[in-house]
Amino acid sequence: MSAQLLQSLFSGLTVGAIYALVALGFAIIYNASRIINFAQGEFVMIGGMAAAVFVDAGLPLPLSIVAAVGLGMLVGLLLEKLAVEPARGAPVVTLIIITIGASILLRGLAALVWDKKIRPLPAFSGEAPLMIGGATLLPQTLWVLGTTLAAVAALWWFFNRTLSGKAMLAVSHNRLAAQLVGISVRRVLLVSFGLSAALGALAGALIAPISFTAWDVGVMLGLKGFAAAMLGGIGSGPGAVAGGLALGLIEALGAGYLSSAYKDVFAFVVLLAALVFLPNGLAGHGPAERV
Amino acid sequence: MLRAVSLAKRFGGVRAVQDLTLEIEAGAVHSIIGPNGAGKTTLLNLLSGIERPDLGEIFFDGAALAGAPPHRFAAAGIGRTFQNLQIFFNMSALENVMAGAWLHQACGLAAALLRLPRLARAEHRAREEAQALLEFVGLARWTHAASDAMPYGALKRLEIARALAARPKLLLLDEPAAGLNPTEARELDGLIRRIAARGITVVLVEHNMKLVMELSQRVLVLHEGRKLADGEPRRVSADPAVLEAYLGAEHA
Amino acid sequence: MAAAPLALPNNYTYEVAILVGLNAVVCVGLNLLVGYAGQISLGHAGFFGLGAYASAILAARYGWPPALSLPAAVAGVAVLAWLVGRPILRLRGHYLAMATLGLGIIVSQVLATEDRITGGPDGMTVVPIAVFGITLSGERLWYWIVGTLLIATVWLAQNLIDSPRGRALRALHGAEIAAAAAGIDAARHKLGAFVLSAALAALAGALTAHYSGFITPSKASFLHSIELVTMVVFGGMASTFGAVVGAAVLTTLPQLLAGFKDYELVTLGALMMLTMIFMPRGLVPTLEKALDAARRKPR
Repeated sequence: MSAQLLQSLFSGLTVGAIYALVALGFAIIYNASRIINFAQGEFVMIGGMAAAVFVDAGLPLPLSIVAAVGLGMLVGLLLEKLAVEPARGAPVVTLIIITIGASILLRGLAALVWDKKIRPLPAFSGEAPLMIGGATLLPQTLWVLGTTLAAVAALWWFFNRTLSGKAMLAVSHNRLAAQLVGISVRRVLLVSFGLSAALGALAGALIAPISFTAWDVGVMLGLKGFAAAMLGGIGSGPGAVAGGLALGLIEALGAGYLSSAYKDVFAFVVLLAALVFLPNGLAGHGPAERV
Repeated sequence: MLRAVSLAKRFGGVRAVQDLTLEIEAGAVHSIIGPNGAGKTTLLNLLSGIERPDLGEIFFDGAALAGAPPHRFAAAGIGRTFQNLQIFFNMSALENVMAGAWLHQACGLAAALLRLPRLARAEHRAREEAQALLEFVGLARWTHAASDAMPYGALKRLEIARALAARPKLLLLDEPAAGLNPTEARELDGLIRRIAARGITVVLVEHNMKLVMELSQRVLVLHEGRKLADGEPRRVSADPAVLEAYLGAEHA
Repeated sequence: MAAAPLALPNNYTYEVAILVGLNAVVCVGLNLLVGYAGQISLGHAGFFGLGAYASAILAARYGWPPALSLPAAVAGVAVLAWLVGRPILRLRGHYLAMATLGLGIIVSQVLATEDRITGGPDGMTVVPIAVFGITLSGERLWYWIVGTLLIATVWLAQNLIDSPRGRALRALHGAEIAAAAAGIDAARHKLGAFVLSAALAALAGALTAHYSGFITPSKASFLHSIELVTMVVFGGMASTFGAVVGAAVLTTLPQLLAGFKDYELVTLGALMMLTMIFMPRGLVPTLEKALDAARRKPR
């Protein structure tokens, strides 16, 4: 395998893992509420930025990361409580505008509270790159991939083996029936936002050492994470992961072999193609309308 | 008038309609009955173009329609109402009916944009016709009401008025009596007779047996997506296979 | 509109009024698509930007007189919208939102990247329009041009809405399946609304370019698309007047906040959220309803 191909594969998998985490966040919220949370990318931004700010303030790295994830989760919970809950039952356009408004608000706040500087985060275990087959592999990449794997496994266990997780799945299948058996949909919604935000923040902290963080990284990451979720079939957890990795690879290979100037565009071309040709994604199925 | 041959439709693993052949005679009132899940609404969806059949043909007045989009079924002269109300809640009752008359309101883009006088005249006529239809179905007092302020029974009749606005030759009614009390059901009986008297062929999907037996000239019984019986109401209601499907083997 | 110049003290306020007018033209068109036909477009700034750049490039690089390049640009964008709209409008709700969003982003990226043609992220200069040898410049002249255009657009849009075609659009929004069963060709009507609103956006975009003499890819950005949708939604969906009000409020607000540039995003975001939570139908319909209720209150 050529060194360039291997290099592209590494970087594709790395960024793909981040897209996968963001996509999972979309999937969790969508399943609980049929809402597409356009502010998902901002959770990623908060994770990276907060971690960088905490480190700058003198906190040790592990604590900074935990604090950043916690902050992200808090923001997610607040978003659900203050913006989503009051508008429950509103039509799709309304909800879309609300979450877009939230993402703009969060971005503006980040620029105000912190600043517009690009911030690096120290790598978790050293900066010395490893050489594999002629391609460089950053140790941080291993952290990204490993943590993503662990997160996916933990989520699988949560949704399939714990009662709360199964309750959330029940809500995604049939909200009314879930309510009738005593599941609090409001709680499920709250947990879904908190969980997605934590995932996003984690992703932000993971990728910050590699691609740095700033007040506006959330936009593109969120949109691409959504493209990944659509590719895998919105609402499907495994689909989100597969879609994320696939998207990352497509982007890296496209940038490497086709055009690096249009790197950001690949994700959206893929998104459009997925929407038009694979309306139900690789794994999911759309709802049927009863007349 | 309408002939469907070997229609089949499946949704995933469920065969909603299988090898169904039927004929609708012009001028008669037909009913389609059957237990829940028998495929009645699917059949109506197929006959109005809302679903495409996997197999089979549909001929209406000689024209082959299977696979065409729903607006072409409407243009051919087939109208319908829905089991789950599909009222235009963003419009008043009158506007609902006027919207239903789209096929007869050819309106050039220029005429629309420039508000030409002939459009104003046509709109006036359309308004009068819509008002007449609302009276015909007994909704005169609701003419200018917002549709989302109307009670359920009135909305069911509004859907019928809207469907009639398209001047259909064949009218498909999907459970028009669902949720109606006996008085309202009697009024519906009268309304359907008045519709049939205008020369419109009516096909009724219904669970209300009284309505079915009193109104229909022909009854089609569906069971698990297949035709179980087809003929005059009296004969069908005595058919042992029908009795078994509806009431269980002990009563056959 | 005629009275306003009496109140406008200087060129700057004329400038704002012109911007309001141009945004309002886009919003009236977008309102037809979003408020009446019930579709979504999160990429409309793409059409705006394409119209602007197409006219600018035809004039600057190919020497077309702007009086020709402008209509050509609008026609070109309309054709593009027609081609792109057919597959995309089969989608609904969130999926349609994402598709239009993706399109908008692709357009803005291409405009920023192909710098040999477009001047890249820094933009390009645009020649002013000259009709019969008279160069159209000056705030006062443009104010009347844009004002007339806006009034014409509002008049045409209202006529369309009041016509059977407008009813057909609203029917599609109300219950698409029932509309189809009434003979309304959903795909064709949605496409028509889409193309019309795209053409209006392109027209406004091209005029903006020739008026201000400069154009940058940020005019086609996702943020601009969101601003446009917010104007429509804030002012009032399914209300042409509401679209104009929304454009007016949201165009002047950043001007008023000029000293607080840092707070621009926060304000926009907060405004979007609060509007949708407390006035989901938009400003004008909510006010209308409140006035109705007040009038009906027993004394």
